[in-house]
Amino acid sequence: MTAILIALLAPTVAAVVGLLLGPVRPRLVVPVAVAGAAVALLAVCVPALRLVAGNDIVARLHLATVPTGAVPIGLDLRVDGTAALVAVAVACVALAVQVYSAGYLRGDPRYSSYAALVSLFTAAMLLVVVADDLFVLLIGWEVMGVCSYFLVGHHWEQEGSRSAAVKAFVTTRLGDVGFLFGIFALGHVFGTFSIHRIVSAAPEHPGLTIATLLLLCGVVGKSAQFPLHTWLPDAMAGPTPVSALIHAATMVAAGIYLVVRLYDVYLLAPTTLAVMAVIACITMLGGALAALAQDDIKRVLAYSTVSQLAYMLAALAVGSSLASTFHLLTHAAFKALLFLAAGSVIHAVGTNRMADMGGLRRLMPVTFATMTVGLAALAGLPPFAGFFSKEAVLGAAEETARHGGAAATWTGWLVLVVGLITVTVTGAYVARLWLMTFFGQPRRGVAAHESPAVMRWPLVLLAVPAALLGFAGLGQPKLHIGLVTSVLSLVLTVAGMATVWRAWTRAPSTDPTAGLPGHGLLLHGFRVDDLYDRVVVRPVRLAARAVGWTDDQVVEGAVLGTGRGAVALSALVARTQSGNVTTYLTGLLAGVLLLVAGLVVFT
Amino acid sequence: MSHWLIPLLLAVPLLGAVALLVLPGAVAEHVATRLGVVVSAATLALSAVVAATAPSTNVSWVPELGIRFHLGTDGISSPLLLLTAFLTLLCTVLLLRVQPEALRLPALVGVVLLLEVGMLGTFVAQDLLLFFVFFEVVLAPMWFLIAVWGDDKVPGGRVRAANIFILYTLLGSAVMLLGILLIGLRAGTFDMVALTARAGSGLGHSTQLLAFAALAIGFAIKTPMWPLHSWLPGAHTAAPTVGSVLLAGVLLKMGTYGLVRIALPMVPQGAHTFAPFLGALAVAGIVYGALACLAQRDLKRLIAFSSVGHMGFVLLGISTLTPVGVNGALYANLAHGLITGLLFFLVGAIKDRHHTADLELLGGGLYQRMPRLGALLAFAAVASVGLPGLAGFWGEMLSLYGAFDPGADLSRGYYLVLMTIAGTGVVLTTLYFVNVLRRVAQGTSFQVWRDAVLLRDATTHELVVWSPVVVLVVALGLWPGWLLSASDPVVRRLLGMSG
Repeated sequence: MTAILIALLAPTVAAVVGLLLGPVRPRLVVPVAVAGAAVALLAVCVPALRLVAGNDIVARLHLATVPTGAVPIGLDLRVDGTAALVAVAVACVALAVQVYSAGYLRGDPRYSSYAALVSLFTAAMLLVVVADDLFVLLIGWEVMGVCSYFLVGHHWEQEGSRSAAVKAFVTTRLGDVGFLFGIFALGHVFGTFSIHRIVSAAPEHPGLTIATLLLLCGVVGKSAQFPLHTWLPDAMAGPTPVSALIHAATMVAAGIYLVVRLYDVYLLAPTTLAVMAVIACITMLGGALAALAQDDIKRVLAYSTVSQLAYMLAALAVGSSLASTFHLLTHAAFKALLFLAAGSVIHAVGTNRMADMGGLRRLMPVTFATMTVGLAALAGLPPFAGFFSKEAVLGAAEETARHGGAAATWTGWLVLVVGLITVTVTGAYVARLWLMTFFGQPRRGVAAHESPAVMRWPLVLLAVPAALLGFAGLGQPKLHIGLVTSVLSLVLTVAGMATVWRAWTRAPSTDPTAGLPGHGLLLHGFRVDDLYDRVVVRPVRLAARAVGWTDDQVVEGAVLGTGRGAVALSALVARTQSGNVTTYLTGLLAGVLLLVAGLVVFT
Repeated sequence: MSHWLIPLLLAVPLLGAVALLVLPGAVAEHVATRLGVVVSAATLALSAVVAATAPSTNVSWVPELGIRFHLGTDGISSPLLLLTAFLTLLCTVLLLRVQPEALRLPALVGVVLLLEVGMLGTFVAQDLLLFFVFFEVVLAPMWFLIAVWGDDKVPGGRVRAANIFILYTLLGSAVMLLGILLIGLRAGTFDMVALTARAGSGLGHSTQLLAFAALAIGFAIKTPMWPLHSWLPGAHTAAPTVGSVLLAGVLLKMGTYGLVRIALPMVPQGAHTFAPFLGALAVAGIVYGALACLAQRDLKRLIAFSSVGHMGFVLLGISTLTPVGVNGALYANLAHGLITGLLFFLVGAIKDRHHTADLELLGGGLYQRMPRLGALLAFAAVASVGLPGLAGFWGEMLSLYGAFDPGADLSRGYYLVLMTIAGTGVVLTTLYFVNVLRRVAQGTSFQVWRDAVLLRDATTHELVVWSPVVVLVVALGLWPGWLLSASDPVVRRLLGMSG
């Protein structure tokens, strides 16, 4: 447990020190931030290594009990196997991002606050991972959200960053209100907010549909699932390393992780599982389709994240938290890699637009090689990590479809069919990104160059788990990978890729999906934003204007009333404006007299 | 044995104020601000001793009427005492360097110290009439603060804002006095400890209803509760920085403190009857305040409206009549005092530098031209939004939690609706605060501010004043047990629950 406390404190201290040192010793900012992440990584490796060595590593730490007047809150931490693994993934990506940022944001005038926020974020995410009490978890959860808000708005000179930051924060807060109510509901039923106590008592309270659905609101917000997914593509306005850490590998996965932690409660709420399956399927396919039409390389990856998170949610919906966690871990590796590689590309060509890229294969060999690994993992090509974890998800769906289980059979079929269709689309958008960025002729005479070593090394290091992490799942008896499904999904992936490849070879300098029917609709993410603008944003604005107007009228009315009806009174009071204290003392005396008179009358 | 402690606590700032009045003008002018710091520091030290030892004083005052000079503290008044003394000290330290244009420093410091006497007295009074006297004592100094040292550019002028403030609150006080007299005379005692112990026994149902309504109106105006809030925005916009800080930081708390200390325990039947109405108005205030914030142009006015929303959470917690809701209300009370106090310090600094608090005229770019001030504003905004891990969260969360499972006689479904509406208020609050940051802090500065040479970032002196608040906001956010374990037993006793 000491190791966990160190892991939490190191980045927090790094954040505070970095923020204070920033203006005075700017040279120390990078070392402090990297050191914070490195210490955190070393510390979280302690329980993880014990786990790998085959030990039972459940450890608890009770800091305090907070009375509330009803169910008390325990400031409790708890580490188990899943937590240890996720913590390692978080710390690894955080370290890679801190190192990478030193190159990517070199010379940024606000580097100290940037690095401090990333450090604080790391601590908050680790807190979410090791929290045992739901309120402790909520602290980490919301601190992550606010760090995300500030980091998305890092380039606050630009309107796009400003509005994306507002949107990200407000949308996730909307989900979090439901989340908070869900916590109340669980606490009410179980008489505790402790996650492990709730889980161990779960069989006594089956069918907690409302509580689990309320919690799901927070999950849907944080993990960018339909209908609250729209903030994530916009959040790409933040610096690319932030997108890698927060908006791909860790924070957005926190929603999934929460369901994993409370999974025994969810397993006994079949209605909630069905809702999760439907949400996951809509998001999975919709996200992949939208990714197919984006021109901004980061937006392709963002929609891809939305879609991949939906795979994790789908795994949960069909009863396999293990498949979900597995995909969470591999996705953290390959998506962080993909974002950092995309950052390397953006750094080199100075634009996010894939239309302005092309032919970078020879100019940026390391970026090309590592990004290829990442894309292969994302598409789910064997033997890269994404293949195994995605197949584990589809395998779980197949199991449910065939044999039923905690979730309804139809949800298994739904996830399986939509999952397979999405696999095809995933293959297509992966191939499109790969071809448009690295192949064909370089455009507009871009003098691209390979990124500096400080940015290359994180890529290489992340490429290792992105390639190999999948094999870790092979020994797991609970992971089911079906041969037929695997072959089918592989064929579909290749079919998706081949379709794009054929379109691209015909005209290598154009977007292979530009001619797709409904391209505009996909480019704008099915115009969900327009809908929200009409249904939510404008009515709120209107209501605000109405209230503002009413209040002015009421105040004016009240003031006029005072002026007319109580001229005498006003005049009386106004007399004191001379600053004459005795006038007020007279008033006070009069008040006391009134008081005494009242007493006499009443007695 | 230590029965002189609380009277001493009140005497120190009072003597400080008197000294500033009687000292010869030139001398007073010279020592005013430093004397203010010394006196308010001594008061803070004394209030810490009082909070730690919980002494009491109980001597006969007006024997003919059975009024006693009864003072004491417990787990819900001590934090407010400390808050009062703490914020007053910060205000006097601020006045060392940052002074309103209409100088007159001895009078200004004297008025602030006099205000402190009234605020401290309200929180230690254990006799209803004594409570009323202290409750009234704050009005005069606050009126002077607004009318003499206020900003005269507000619509209608500062004197009108001050007058509206005093007319409104005097009206509330008059109604409240009726409630106090009704309780005291029917029960035959004004002693608050005794009345709390009786929990309304000996008071008829209709007496309780009438008394609660009278008290609640008085306290609701002070809080302020929607729709009785309209004195607040004007007063805040006109008030000088120290006035705004103490008004939002402490004065508003006197209303909610009164509800918890007097109205709930002494006339519980009235509380039960009116609680659903209180809850509805509280929630209306939360949403209304947030929407009004979205429509404001003046930053000080906006923070004032945000107070209406935040105090709505406090009132919602009280209206649940549960220990958890009332604990939450008291926590939110304190957190709001710190956070909104900080916000008014910061907005005051912004206004002093730009000579306007109009969002349109200020424009964006605060991060750019004053990074320290911008960062602090962002911190205060995030705290005000109720971010978990900062002080603002626990109170609002516990208020909502109280509404999730309200007191025995109250309709659960009704309160669930209230809770849900209050939840949308949370989102709206987030929205308007990030909007403020977007309009003021982010973006690029207007040319006029870039050309201005006198615009400097937060000074070391200002940082010294503000940073203790930041530290406390973080500490209370991470360690809520400090306050809750103090308030919980008292709240249970006030609600007539043992244990």
